[in-house]
Amino acid sequence: MLAQALSTLDSITLMYPFFYRPMFEVIEDGWHSFLPEQEFELYSSATSEWRLSYVNKEFAVCPSYPPIVIVPKSIDDEALRKVATFRHGGRFPVLSYYHKKNGMVIMRSGQPLTGTNGRRCKEDEKLINATLRAGKRGYIIDTRSLTVAQQARAKGGGFEQEAHYPQWRRIHKSIERYHILQESLIKLVEACNDQTHNMDRWLSKLEASNWLTHIKEILTTACLAAQCIDREGASILIHGTEGTDSTLQVTSLAQIILEPRSRTIRGFEALIEREWLQAGHPFQQRCAQSAYCNSKQKWESPVFLLFLDCVWQILRQFPCSFEFNENFLIMLFEHAYASQFGTFLGNNESERCKLKLQQKTMSLWSWVNRPSELRKFTSPLFEANNLVIWPSVAPQSLHLWEGIFLRWNRSSKYLDEAYEEMVNIIEYNKELQAKVNILRRQLAELETEDGMQESP
Amino acid sequence: MEHIRTTKVEQVKLLDRFSTSNKALTGTLYLTATHLLFIDSHQKETWILHHHIASVEKLALTTSGCPLVIQCKNFRIVHFIVPRERDCHDIYNSLLQLSKQAKYEDLYAFSYNPKQNDSERLRGWQLIDLAEEYKRMGVPNSNWQLSDANREYKICETYPRELYVPRIASKPIIVGSSKFRSKGRFPVLSYYHREKEAAVCRCSQPLSGFSARCLEDEHLLQAISKANPVNRYMYVMDTRPKHRMQSWWATQKDIGRIIVRISSKIWNDEKIRESHEQKRLNAMANRAAGKGYENEDNYSNIRFQFVGIENIHVMRSSLQKLLEVNGTKGLSVNDFYSGLESSGWLRHIKAVMDAAIFLTKAIMIENASVLVHCSDGWDRTSQVCSLGSLLLDSFYRTIRGFMVLIEKDWISFGHKFSERCGHLDSDPKEVSPVFTQFLECVWHLTEQFPQAFEFNEAFLLQIHEHIYSCQFGNFLGNCQKEREELKLKEKTYSLWPFLLDDQKKYLNPLYSPKSQAVAVLEPNTVSFNFKFWRNMYHQFDRTLHPRQSVFNIIMNMNEQNKQLENDIKDLESKIKQHKNKQTDGVLTKELLHSVRPESPTLKTSLCFKEQTLLPVNDALRTIEGSNPADNRYSEYAEEFSKSEPAVVSLEYGVARMTC
Repeated sequence: MLAQALSTLDSITLMYPFFYRPMFEVIEDGWHSFLPEQEFELYSSATSEWRLSYVNKEFAVCPSYPPIVIVPKSIDDEALRKVATFRHGGRFPVLSYYHKKNGMVIMRSGQPLTGTNGRRCKEDEKLINATLRAGKRGYIIDTRSLTVAQQARAKGGGFEQEAHYPQWRRIHKSIERYHILQESLIKLVEACNDQTHNMDRWLSKLEASNWLTHIKEILTTACLAAQCIDREGASILIHGTEGTDSTLQVTSLAQIILEPRSRTIRGFEALIEREWLQAGHPFQQRCAQSAYCNSKQKWESPVFLLFLDCVWQILRQFPCSFEFNENFLIMLFEHAYASQFGTFLGNNESERCKLKLQQKTMSLWSWVNRPSELRKFTSPLFEANNLVIWPSVAPQSLHLWEGIFLRWNRSSKYLDEAYEEMVNIIEYNKELQAKVNILRRQLAELETEDGMQESP
Repeated sequence: MEHIRTTKVEQVKLLDRFSTSNKALTGTLYLTATHLLFIDSHQKETWILHHHIASVEKLALTTSGCPLVIQCKNFRIVHFIVPRERDCHDIYNSLLQLSKQAKYEDLYAFSYNPKQNDSERLRGWQLIDLAEEYKRMGVPNSNWQLSDANREYKICETYPRELYVPRIASKPIIVGSSKFRSKGRFPVLSYYHREKEAAVCRCSQPLSGFSARCLEDEHLLQAISKANPVNRYMYVMDTRPKHRMQSWWATQKDIGRIIVRISSKIWNDEKIRESHEQKRLNAMANRAAGKGYENEDNYSNIRFQFVGIENIHVMRSSLQKLLEVNGTKGLSVNDFYSGLESSGWLRHIKAVMDAAIFLTKAIMIENASVLVHCSDGWDRTSQVCSLGSLLLDSFYRTIRGFMVLIEKDWISFGHKFSERCGHLDSDPKEVSPVFTQFLECVWHLTEQFPQAFEFNEAFLLQIHEHIYSCQFGNFLGNCQKEREELKLKEKTYSLWPFLLDDQKKYLNPLYSPKSQAVAVLEPNTVSFNFKFWRNMYHQFDRTLHPRQSVFNIIMNMNEQNKQLENDIKDLESKIKQHKNKQTDGVLTKELLHSVRPESPTLKTSLCFKEQTLLPVNDALRTIEGSNPADNRYSEYAEEFSKSEPAVVSLEYGVARMTC
């Protein structure tokens, strides 16, 4: 009972991160590692069409947004305030990603509050159109099926009507949410934990969990988004209902596919900071109990785990294109659910501010980004690859993430040893290359010396 | 060749197997005596060996031409569209003829000429020597000897000439036992465990009715158990599933049980209770399994074990189902897994693996000898004996050892390769992927023990390729006697030397013979360890594969490391030479130039050719097939387009707005 009470503490301020005192020397304070201003500089060198807006400084316009967001330069803060009233949770469209190759962008937002009477908002239309170049069209990717989107109108939500957004084409994809994902996780974990299942039962349970179906849906949508940007040369706006779950899965995965930087350790951390923490994914609500939640938690949902799983699937297909290895993803999964660090506490920046996490807790990044830790998470195979990486989404190409789901159910001794051996071979290769270089240099020196001796 | 009417057809389209849109490559199709060749506009060649063709199908004429679908035994499926129906018909007819030969002599192996002379060929055939192999195991010895009973194939036509049997088993016993066993396949040694002094033996089922008994057979079994000095108990593993045994018993056509003394005992018991049919069957099966017979002194040294591996027909249709599911366009995750489940394929693989593990444990833990059989003792028995040996003995996990294992338990003991692989136009009901299953079990082991095998996946795939290719003589025919009659050693070549020449391609870079050399493999067979073998069943569907292969990189790096080690030796010796030269000339040098600071020429020489090492990984790291169009994300968008007026159809990376 006590253990259960302790694992389900109601008050955040009683949680471990508030009492944790690091035993390591902080080299770089992770709370300041990925400041929005710095991130914006990466884009501002390539484009002047966007600006930083401080309209949400007091979290008044949108409680789940950070104080600083990137918006089209031509739209002023006043217009943003108006758009916020038209979008779910005040989540007006903001820049998520700028594709330097062709200047196309990914934006994300909450659903438009059109309601049953088809409300419209001129400022919203203007904002979205401001991102399009002359004569260009864009795509709106709605992460809900058309029926679900239509039903949302009854509750005041809705989707962009063609008539009001003539330059935009809408694509509906169906990514599941909330309890459906949670049930899927529970079923999967249950299937994995029962070692007595015969083959038929195992396969049917794996199938019934639908976990890999969700993976496929999310990956497919992300690939479609990336395809719009890179192949169609079209900008996109992505949203579902709130724009805090499936929307973020898609925007962040699209960036993994499109942008080499997000496949580095630092870039991936920045991506999580930007697209998950700052973007207001409610970690506190989603990652409270994981698969073993005995009372039905309404908000519990493995949205972030699904994202990590999707990254793992891409990593498996492109093992040389990522600077980090599987352990890095597993570590992030663990810390999202239970951590001595404050990074994943709270549901958005506003809550984190109120909790004074920066002052009272340690950032996960302060710990991870120390060389001794980084070593464990670095893939020896990494070779920077500037290409867009298109994963296969066929069922035959998707796998159960054994490192997470079978981790405690089977020994990975032989696999770990093999991994070590692989690292050894690569290390040895580097060593030999260095040695050959030194020897060549030496020989060259000797040869020139000889040459000089012979012809002085 | 008389079957070829058209040798070249232009403007043929090759369709992408999984695309719902008609994405295609255009090229020219050539028909040769041995291969069908397609060269596309990028000059990429697709070679299809006629013997690999499992089926050719001509589909209904379409506007773009006549579709021709070819399914291959190595799981390649190609879909051509031939512009003119006439050409299509000609090719179709030719392929039908060419892919199904009536005579062995028409198979590729008899015309294949790799430009070797006769002595090279002979040496190739002598590469694997089974007598050597038995010597390596430690037989003959005081308990086991070479029997000359089958020297002229008089006792058993499907066994090899040289057989090892217990020393105390006399020839009359052997002859008697062989008459009692299906196809004369009496119990013989398959593997001898030197340390445990325990044996793996194999045979076929007993033939006679319930009431019969065969004293010679009983003697032979006793002799086997006596040949084990440590444990007199021995296991008899019937690799067939119990429920099938019951139905056999019910029909009384074929007695599945093996020890007749037990059989007759049950038969008598059974007569008393004829009325309770179902109960009776269960009871019999239980008794047959060895339960409840401990009181019988006579049989106390034999324990029975059923391991449920299904027969060749079940396996054939299981694989068919699996391939059907995986060939579906736009396959959903759920359909994939429910198809995987309903095909039963992985269940069968697990059954074979479990049987091999049982055998291994009997030997390692109980120190008991094991006799394995199924019906004829050439399918399931070969699977279990060979896989068991592989778990027990690290030699079989080397490249050469694996060849020996296949020669021993499969080729020499008469696995009917020609019938199972459909080499000739014969009974399709005899075709079954029994050997493929064995290779898949080995692959599963390589997945669980990445460092235990000297060879890699490519080796397994290559062997699989050649059991169907009929390019080499090894797998032709159904038994040794037949192979001798075909004079394969004179007329064809052996595959093994060619694989050994190419060894580099098949080496596992992570292989660590030291750590696991003596170890017996103990695989985990909880269901979740068994995965769909994509690289086998989709080996030609490149879009489904990982885009970068860690394995290839490590393999090349290993190669490169060897090269670098040589380079270093080379450089070091050169430097040494120079230094020697310099010390010789050091006096003059010091006289001529007193210690000189680094001269500019020296500095420039420093940077020359610093990074000109082998560009080993570049090619491997480039991303194959990495194109959104290959991955068909857009098809999922099309589904939406049906319900929504604003149609977005994303194809080949080109959006078509069709409002």
